[in-house]
Amino acid sequence: MEIGYYPGCALHGSSNDYESSVRACLSALGVSLRELDDWICCGATAAHCLNQKLAVALPARNLALAERDGLPQMLAPCPMCSMELIKAGSLLAQDAELRREISEIVELPVSGSTQILNLIQIFQKIGAARIKEAAVHSLEAFCPACYYGCLLTRPPENLRFDDCEQPSSMETLLRELGAQPVDWNFKTECCGAGMTIAHEETVLDLSNKILSNAAAHGANCIVVACPMCQVNLDMKQAAINARHGTAHDLVVYYLSDLVGLALGLDQQALGIDRHFVVRK
Amino acid sequence: MARIGVFVCWCGENIARNVDVQAIAAAAAEEPGVACGVAYKYMCSDPGQTLIGEKIAAERLDGIVIASCSPHMHLKTFRKTAQRQGLNPYLVEMANIREHCSWVHHDREQATAKALDLIRMAVAKVRRDQALEPIRVPVTRRALVIGGGVAGIQAALDIADAGYQVVMVEREPSIGGKMAGLSETFPTLDCSQCILTPRMVDVAQHPNIKLYTCSEVESVDGFLGNFKVTIRKRARYVDIAKCTGCGQCWNACPSKKNLSQFDYGMGTRTAIYVPFPQAVPARPVIDPAACIRLTKGKCGICAKKCQAGAILFEDHDELVSEDVGAVVVATGYQLYQIGRPEGDDKLSGYGEYGYGRYPDVIDSLQFERLVSASGPSGGELRRPSDGQVPKTVVFVSCVGSRDNAKGLSYCSKICCMVNAKHTMLYKHKVHDGQAHVFYMDIRAGGKNYDEFVRRAIEQDGAHYHRGRVSKITEENGRLIVRGVDTLAGEPLTIAADMVVLASAIRPAERVEELAQKLNVGYDEFGFLSESHPKLRPVETNAAGVFVCGVCQGPKDIPESVAQASAAAGKVLVMFSHENLSREPEIARVNETTCAACFACRRACPYHAIDQAEIRDRGGKLIKRTARVNPGLCMGCGTCVAVCPSKSADLDGFTEQQIYAMLECLA
Repeated sequence: MEIGYYPGCALHGSSNDYESSVRACLSALGVSLRELDDWICCGATAAHCLNQKLAVALPARNLALAERDGLPQMLAPCPMCSMELIKAGSLLAQDAELRREISEIVELPVSGSTQILNLIQIFQKIGAARIKEAAVHSLEAFCPACYYGCLLTRPPENLRFDDCEQPSSMETLLRELGAQPVDWNFKTECCGAGMTIAHEETVLDLSNKILSNAAAHGANCIVVACPMCQVNLDMKQAAINARHGTAHDLVVYYLSDLVGLALGLDQQALGIDRHFVVRK
Repeated sequence: MARIGVFVCWCGENIARNVDVQAIAAAAAEEPGVACGVAYKYMCSDPGQTLIGEKIAAERLDGIVIASCSPHMHLKTFRKTAQRQGLNPYLVEMANIREHCSWVHHDREQATAKALDLIRMAVAKVRRDQALEPIRVPVTRRALVIGGGVAGIQAALDIADAGYQVVMVEREPSIGGKMAGLSETFPTLDCSQCILTPRMVDVAQHPNIKLYTCSEVESVDGFLGNFKVTIRKRARYVDIAKCTGCGQCWNACPSKKNLSQFDYGMGTRTAIYVPFPQAVPARPVIDPAACIRLTKGKCGICAKKCQAGAILFEDHDELVSEDVGAVVVATGYQLYQIGRPEGDDKLSGYGEYGYGRYPDVIDSLQFERLVSASGPSGGELRRPSDGQVPKTVVFVSCVGSRDNAKGLSYCSKICCMVNAKHTMLYKHKVHDGQAHVFYMDIRAGGKNYDEFVRRAIEQDGAHYHRGRVSKITEENGRLIVRGVDTLAGEPLTIAADMVVLASAIRPAERVEELAQKLNVGYDEFGFLSESHPKLRPVETNAAGVFVCGVCQGPKDIPESVAQASAAAGKVLVMFSHENLSREPEIARVNETTCAACFACRRACPYHAIDQAEIRDRGGKLIKRTARVNPGLCMGCGTCVAVCPSKSADLDGFTEQQIYAMLECLA
């Protein structure tokens, strides 16, 4: 199976461990990724805070490239990217006038027909049964707290693959692979996101609550599908411990890390050794 | 040659303003078959009707057209006028030149031309009208009441007290419905069971009421005044004729840890049990899933203890048949199941409230049992997880109600009052406790209702927060309720010992199946549809079937009772006649041309078409044919549209008439 791939800024920068993980894991499952040629920024938070037209035009340019290159489906592992692409796509698909206007702005015809998938959705598409069949290790030692954060399941009218307030799709997949996900309270709470740059204390306080609650419910690791969440929970874990006098020691895996481990891939291949909190 | 009279009404200024009434009366008189054309200021008034009567006699009219308002308004009036003069009422047609013409057009010339067209069409129709006689149907003066909650009880007692027999069918082992499980009722805080249980006893003792419990309606045949109802009596495993209700059996039953449905899982019961002490009938029932004898073949202690020999382990379902003339549906409600997967994904919402995961997050009906004197804790409020007295309780409104995104769009109507009542009951039991309510709006419309809510806030000190709860989590044995106070404009977190969710009202389980058996319509949520929201609130589109209580829409006890009496009143109006008369404008099958394909039978929404056989004198089958049951047909015309051989037609609305009307426009 070949599928389009939109890495976005994070996977080519601060979170290149995530890219290693996604690429290694999907390749082991027989999915080859074709990176979008000449992709641009998805607009992220900045665009939709400043200019609604820009917030459609930036992701629309990427959708237009996918259509030009004949990619009916495209993976965007960062939930901010996938959300912006899905939102723009559905706006374009509904509104002929907007399609005309945006096509002019992005200098390519765009219809919004590309199906965008986030990391959970690509695994759902492959199917838990097929993944389980390919797995060589059981994940029984892992008791993960599955953390979805704010974006992965929202806005609910665009992302219908799970319950936006009480999601369970990561648990379902990981349970199939032998893991024992814990029942906990902070699945969709905010990690502090971009405040990590503007006001780090906010992130240290919010992420501390997430780590504390996960540990209190018996988790021995965290699983995420968002580079931002991973950075705040992993890279900032030492700073959190310093600020709050805690002793958190939770590895923060990407969903593709755990699937990859089940498939028999090693830590280096998945980029797990490049995390800040690592299990020796 | 026909002699038709055309009567054009001015309707004061309503028609005359935009239509030249004198001119069209004169023009109509020139139409072939028309004997006279008359205009008058108010045709429906006494002098107007007298004028029509005089003209019918003087001109020997054999059909009349009234050009005035909508037939919904006055067709019956003018039919009676004609009948008084000896003219068959079905030879009266109306041309609607008010709603369909003068009210919607401004150009007088064009409106006048259109009015004349409408009259010419009505003339074409009346020329082809046949005299019809109302259909007379004999009526069995015996009513079926489905559901034994407070609405069903009220309807049954009203009908029975008027001297007619009632068959009551209840799905549960006892009548009483939801009200029997309530603690106190708003806005008076009088004990629910104290006012209901004497009425339940009245039902049991009434010589005119035949009660079936543990029973459901299996099928319904027949029509208005003549229904044949098959009732499935589920196995009770106890012969209630022999049983004395002594209690030896349930006191000895070793299977004790079964969740009590009557307590909504807040308490336990034995496998052989009476749902609650005041149950009617006060006879036990065996839960076959919990009974050791029925599941494992061992035990049988109850049978050994029973002096009366009333235990029937071999009991099985039984079908019984009852003839009734009218049906009252009072099947009540169930609560929206919070966070439980449902067929409709949208209705699986609110998993984030932890209902079913945290034992101290309960729904309103469960709270009623916890504070009820007959409840599992004898009326002392103790929380389910550890039996502690909760010192902080949060009540959440609108869980499922008024939520298009993950629930139901309608207001469940009673929850605002239920929440206020709960805060008061709580405060009266736990004096040092604090109640909090999260609400969207407070809807307390009703006699003494708003005063009641104010009392909860001002005298009993409930804290009301206008806002929604976003999530409920558990931390160190306490429930962390996170929400927002939109009046203060800030997020609000309350550490509570117990949370009560005012879950939305939904129609009872499987009510759609019952509605289909009865040919009663229902809305997208499953609430049964009344015939007219204002003027026929307890009638349904199925003749002889009436609705009352929450099965028709969310309502409180006083409203359910009032509606039940209204339904009973309508049944009694039916029963005041020996025969019922129905409008004769129904379908007819030409049995000579019918090819017996029965496409009509499949299309008929009222199941009004029978398969009939035509035999010669010797009893030899000549042919099969479709035949309309005049007791059931509602005259919708669906069969006329689907019949491939054009053998079905509608009396009073024949295809010929409709084509003739259309030809007038050519």
